[in-house]
Amino acid sequence: MDSVLTNKNPIIYPKRTRRSRTDQSSTDEFSSTNRIRDIKDPEHPELSLEDLNVLTEESVEVDDHKSYVIITFTPTLPHCHLPTHIGLCILVKLVQSLPARFKVDVRVAPGSHDKETTVNKQLGDKERVTAALENPELVALLNKMMQVC
Amino acid sequence: MMVEPNQLVQHLETFVDTNRSSSQQDDSLKAIASSLENDSLSITQLVREMEMYLTTTDNLVRARGILLLAEILDCLKAKPLNDTIVHTLVGFFSEKLADWRAMCGALVGCLALLKRKDVAGVVTDIDVQAMAKSMIQNVQVQALALHERKLAFELLECLLQQHSEAILTMGDLLVYAMCEAIDGEKDPQCLMIVFHLVELLAPLFPSPSGPLASDASDLFEVIGCYFPLHFTHTKDDEANIRREDLSRGLLLAISSTPFFEPYAIPLLLEKLSSSLPVAKVDSLKCLKDCALKYGVDRMKKHYGALWSALKDTFYSSTGTHLSFAIESLTSPGFEMNEIHRDAVSLLQRLVKQDISFLGFVVDDTRINTVFDTIYRYPQYKEMPDPSKLEVLVISQILSVSAKASVQSCNIIFEAIFFRLMNTLGIVEKTSTGDVVQNGNSTVSTRLYHGGLHLCIELLAASKDLILGFEECSPTSGCANSWCSMVKSFSVPLIQVFTSAVRRSNDDSVVDVYLGVKGLLTMGMFRGGSSPVSRTEFENILVTLTSIITAKSGKTVVWELALKALVCIGSFIDRYHESDKAMSYMSIVVDNLVSLACSSHCGLPYQMILEATSEVCSTGPKYVEKMVQGLEEAFCSSLSDFYVNGNFESIDNCSQLLKCLTNKLLPRVAEIDGLEQLLVHFAISMWKQIEFCGVFSCDFNGREFVEAAMTTMRQVVGIALVDSQNSIIQKAYSVVSSCTLPAMESIPLTFVALEGLQRDLSSRDELILSLFASVIIAASPSASIPDAKSLIHLLLVTLLKGYIPAAQALGSMVNKLGSGSGGTNTSRDCSLEEACAIIFHADFASGKKISSNGSAKIIVGSETTMSKICLGYCGSLDLQTRAITGLAWIGKGLLMRGNERVNEIALVLVECLKSNNCSGHALHPSAMKHAADAFSIIMSDSEVCLNRKFHAVIRPLYKQRCFSTIVPILESLIMNSQTSLSRTMLHVALAHVISNVPVTVILDNTKKLQPLILEGLSVLSLDSVEKETLFSLLLVLSGTLTDTKGQQSASDNAHIIIECLIKLTSYPHLMVVRETSIQCLVALLELPHRRIYPFRREVLQAIEKSLDDPKRKVREEAIRCRQAWASITSGSNIF
Repeated sequence: MDSVLTNKNPIIYPKRTRRSRTDQSSTDEFSSTNRIRDIKDPEHPELSLEDLNVLTEESVEVDDHKSYVIITFTPTLPHCHLPTHIGLCILVKLVQSLPARFKVDVRVAPGSHDKETTVNKQLGDKERVTAALENPELVALLNKMMQVC
Repeated sequence: MMVEPNQLVQHLETFVDTNRSSSQQDDSLKAIASSLENDSLSITQLVREMEMYLTTTDNLVRARGILLLAEILDCLKAKPLNDTIVHTLVGFFSEKLADWRAMCGALVGCLALLKRKDVAGVVTDIDVQAMAKSMIQNVQVQALALHERKLAFELLECLLQQHSEAILTMGDLLVYAMCEAIDGEKDPQCLMIVFHLVELLAPLFPSPSGPLASDASDLFEVIGCYFPLHFTHTKDDEANIRREDLSRGLLLAISSTPFFEPYAIPLLLEKLSSSLPVAKVDSLKCLKDCALKYGVDRMKKHYGALWSALKDTFYSSTGTHLSFAIESLTSPGFEMNEIHRDAVSLLQRLVKQDISFLGFVVDDTRINTVFDTIYRYPQYKEMPDPSKLEVLVISQILSVSAKASVQSCNIIFEAIFFRLMNTLGIVEKTSTGDVVQNGNSTVSTRLYHGGLHLCIELLAASKDLILGFEECSPTSGCANSWCSMVKSFSVPLIQVFTSAVRRSNDDSVVDVYLGVKGLLTMGMFRGGSSPVSRTEFENILVTLTSIITAKSGKTVVWELALKALVCIGSFIDRYHESDKAMSYMSIVVDNLVSLACSSHCGLPYQMILEATSEVCSTGPKYVEKMVQGLEEAFCSSLSDFYVNGNFESIDNCSQLLKCLTNKLLPRVAEIDGLEQLLVHFAISMWKQIEFCGVFSCDFNGREFVEAAMTTMRQVVGIALVDSQNSIIQKAYSVVSSCTLPAMESIPLTFVALEGLQRDLSSRDELILSLFASVIIAASPSASIPDAKSLIHLLLVTLLKGYIPAAQALGSMVNKLGSGSGGTNTSRDCSLEEACAIIFHADFASGKKISSNGSAKIIVGSETTMSKICLGYCGSLDLQTRAITGLAWIGKGLLMRGNERVNEIALVLVECLKSNNCSGHALHPSAMKHAADAFSIIMSDSEVCLNRKFHAVIRPLYKQRCFSTIVPILESLIMNSQTSLSRTMLHVALAHVISNVPVTVILDNTKKLQPLILEGLSVLSLDSVEKETLFSLLLVLSGTLTDTKGQQSASDNAHIIIECLIKLTSYPHLMVVRETSIQCLVALLELPHRRIYPFRREVLQAIEKSLDDPKRKVREEAIRCRQAWASITSGSNIF
């Protein structure tokens, strides 16, 4: 990571109060969001993706019967250089947390980033993702992002 | 011992040498100090010896040398020294204050000299002055390092605290020097001392022409800049200074002298208007202190500004949400934050201190406009937010000011009460300007919520005023004008409130709430000075009681009225209002109790009981009345049931008993004499049951029997031994007068028992259950008449399947012969005899059974009970009952530490064997009962044999049982042949293991873990044992989280993991899956090499749990999966 921050002073959004839900028991938006809302921003380790509105509950789409999850995240700036990292982290965390039957799709929100198509292609390519995870430095960064607050 | 000169030099060298370690230096310091202490070395000698170190031009050595001398003096604070020596030393150190390189030593030395004890030769005033002068001239405090700065401040503090007279003469110079020293200090520890310095300095120069008065602006400038204190340091360093300490210190410094007034008050008012909550709170607190210290005269000129600032604070700190919930009946009804609370106390302080401040309050325009607001919006919810805020804030301000003093209360009532009454429609101005009270027509007019709220707040304030007032001086409050004002309006006010309560349109919650709250407030004026007369008070009670007794069901009104009555009741009890207590008794208590007795009033009986018990628990007298009433009600309901067969009555009875058990019994310690009343109640229960000899219908009140048993047990449990004896006597006489004694004559023959399947009448059953409850709860010292035949009776009934009988028998064997003083149960029956009856009761037909040739020698002893248990006689029912009964008896014996429990345990174990001495395996159901018997023996029971019911409990009884039973079960499990017997043995073992304290398990983990694991896999085959399985799994998880357990877990890692993986898909109980996954996480604590080989296996198993139907399990699974995945460096997620 560069020593110069791309977004030095990001806007922080209020967190939505966490509902505790115990009655329902299907895999849904609620539980998937809970999995990934705490992932930390690579530039600002003290803030979570939810704080920065990179992820909201609305950006998660889950279909339990058809077994797919689609995440649409919004980078804080159109020229942010880290959306691949964020996307990869979301992907890894979800794959680890969900049963194997789920297909996880992570995308950048349309129009929110300069290199939208490139990033989407990169995240959709299973082989490139696997290759990226061979990189020990990247894995270390991902683990840091996933640490529980 | 004289210190050798060269040794002294050595010590000196060590201390001065900066290369030595600090512990060495400390040691040499101590050595010198101790030789001075025991007079083997004199100060003069030492100084002479040190001359070179004290005067050398080598700065380092000189500094160390002076420090050494100073430290030594610090150690010798209590040692008497010659005056001249002290004088010389003071001169020396004062001089050295000019030597900045040796500053530290000089400061320590001065401090040590100043702190000397009286008896040991103190510093004279002249010395002090010299020292202070030198200090002021030579020490530039802010130029020093942190440690020296702190020392310098301590020195100043010491001068001000202990030698104030001496330095008083320095006047201007001192104040000036202080300002200079303090200016710009930033360290929190130093600041604490600095604030204290200012606080100490202030009282030294009280004269208005003194040095402090002239320098006040400078000094305030120096400390005022710290306000409001901003300190975010939260880390606990050794000083451990918190923001509250600092802010408190600053506050004391600011309020220390009236000379700060011209500078402080404007600053505080400015900070009060800031948006920072901390600044607001600090300013309010500080203003309150200043108001007190600066005095009325100085504060007066700020009143205008103060009032407007305070008013703004009230507006900004109050929310618009007024609660109409039942909890807020006795509170203001809205949330108070810290700012608000401090504002309230400041306002109260100001009004209390100077009544003229109230002029600002009363003349405020907003107070005049509030009446228009109230008039414009009669309904609270119709009000726009600003108006709500206005009403709330003005009510709050007025009530707080009224509460401040009698005078203020008078002024406020005079200023607004008439207008308020006018707004509420209670008075009207006639054309001539006279004020007349409206007649009854007011009742039908509209209610103004805002006005009612304001009125209630004012009344509550004046009520609180009387309460506080009469606690210190019992003068008549009615001489005051406010009181006569309230008095003249009390009748119409109560009418208005009553009419509000009676409103019954759809959204009347607010009306009703305000009405009840108003009545409650009116009902709580205290004593002879009360503006509410007795008849009016009684009217209030009648109104509230009529709401309770109205046939309206459980509504908000009902609950509010009940709460209000309870409040009034406890108010009367607290302030010993005897007149009001009489009214309360005759109107509220009598009414409700008679209602409880009649039980035909249309209200659900549950509600009557609730109301009665709530109201009556406010005072001991009412409780008495209530218990008597309930007793009567119980008797009449029960006889109504027996005579007329009214099932409703029996339901009422059980509700009544439940109410008694839940509401009154827990309070027996608080209320004197309640115990006696309850014992009386219990005895009349027995009388009533005796009296109701004839049944007119079939008895099926299971619920009633349960309730009666619980009540009886609890009452006997709390009663004293004498009372217990009288209950037992009564019970015994009832038992012996009914058909039960006939049972005693029944011989314990199989034929006779078989024939007696269901011949106990429901009345006998009730009597038996109640009697068993009495026996269960009786203390060991209570005497049980005719114990032998009772044991026989209980034995027969237990074999007929009455569990309470078994429990009573267990309690009896537990307590027999162990009472203190010898005057107890055992007069006619000892434990031995009792056991003889239980175990050896002879079977008339015993020979017949054994005559078929298959009889063998029974393990243990050949007793009747064991024969029945082992199925020597045909009936399976009899067998299972005997096993359960034996378990309860065994529990009783085990708890008192009797050896016979081993016999019982052996019989039970025998039942579990696949081929026991009877030659064949038992019926599965009997085996199951035998296995569960261990749960009865080991677990704690709520119903009997616990501390509440006076059981004899030897310490560590569970451990003892554990150590005898487990080896037996273990060897049997090894040798068991059928899977059924094996399962049952495991169930028994699981019961034993899961009920023993964890520490015992941890001591034996090595041995137990394989057994537990085997048990888990055996038990997981059957869904019936899921609860047992879960408790066993909890034991395993307990062993896994402990270091001792982890050692053996490391040896058994593969079996444990295999077992846990199987349990992660256990379908019958969610918690089992959850716990097993948690155990898997706990296993990660084991050495890496042990667990690494299972990584793949575990991850595959957890994958399935990720799709578990229960959310909790899935979340655990995710955590577990991440934990296990992270034990390798690479993370191949796909």
